[in-house]
Amino acid sequence: MKNLILSAVIFGATLSMTTAKAADYVIDTDKAHAFIQFKIKHLGYSWLLGRFNTFKGEFSFDEKKPSAAKISVKIDPASIDSNHAERDKHLRGKDFLNVKKYPEASFVSKSFKQDGDGKAILIGDFTLHGVTKELVIDVQHIGHGDDPWGGYRRGFEGKTSFALKDFGIDYNLGPASKDVELFLSVEGIRK
Amino acid sequence: MSQQLIWRNTEKRWGWISIIIHWLSALTVISLFTLGLWMVDLTYYDDWYRTAPEIHKSTGICLLLLTVVYLVWRTRNGKPASLSTHSAIEIKAARLAHVLIYVLLLLIILSGYLISTADGREIVVFSVFEIPATIYGIDQQEDIAGVVHLVLAISLMAVVALHAAGALKHHFIDKDLTLKRMLGIHKLD
Repeated sequence: MKNLILSAVIFGATLSMTTAKAADYVIDTDKAHAFIQFKIKHLGYSWLLGRFNTFKGEFSFDEKKPSAAKISVKIDPASIDSNHAERDKHLRGKDFLNVKKYPEASFVSKSFKQDGDGKAILIGDFTLHGVTKELVIDVQHIGHGDDPWGGYRRGFEGKTSFALKDFGIDYNLGPASKDVELFLSVEGIRK
Repeated sequence: MSQQLIWRNTEKRWGWISIIIHWLSALTVISLFTLGLWMVDLTYYDDWYRTAPEIHKSTGICLLLLTVVYLVWRTRNGKPASLSTHSAIEIKAARLAHVLIYVLLLLIILSGYLISTADGREIVVFSVFEIPATIYGIDQQEDIAGVVHLVLAISLMAVVALHAAGALKHHFIDKDLTLKRMLGIHKLD
């Protein structure tokens, strides 16, 4: 048992040594270990959940210098998926995302401030529906380490919310449905 | 002396089955087009936001059934000969318009079906019966089918306008029986 703990400690130490350098990561959208989910109240009575299926991005994160962390993500707004084709068609149309006119959404970070306990505040420019606005994302570091296939991975989750009308989407969904909440799960594979 | 009701088509006239289905279809097609254009601009809090698309879809499926039944019936029943006053080019143009109307109608209903069933959901027809999804899950299926649905519907309206213009030309300029035959108000020969 002692040996097991000891080897775990040594393993952990080597792990942190190998990761204690600047590293660039590609977000693993290829095998779908990253998610952009949204939820918005339906009439104020329940949550409607959906996600964007197509996006890609990269981040860099150095444990010794977390303030230098960066992330940029490009999202295909036409990949919106709320599990209902007619609704998705409506969401892609002029009343909402107008994906023909605005075929790309994106997030580009400007600052990253670690708070301890793996928490951090990420601030960046979010572009949606042709409007770019600053967005503050609450970040939680989830974990990192080797994967079983010879790679090295690191993951975070993020939470934020914004008002649809701030991004020029003013379709009336009712007083309880003005804000959208985002849940982001991002896993990167080190380059 | 009252005229005898003739249901089937004869060599010289349209039977009442054809006449009723023709005008019922015409009314339905124009209503569906208007309803379709109107309903896509409804707002979330409009009373018709949910019901208008349901009526549109249900009516579309009913129109499909009516059209298929009618086409089968007509191939067995035949149709009246063209009037002798019609020129060869008029007959050809009219036939082309008729074929186009049928083809466009069927493709419009098919594309509409592919919008609503793009995620595997069925179409519930007036809460009475369901049409299951068959082809679904194609990338951007509802968007592509949506564009096709709209473009073909506008095309159908253009052909319908030509068809109606032809009928009016025969009635008011040629003063022949074309339109009266379709209304069933000409004298029995």
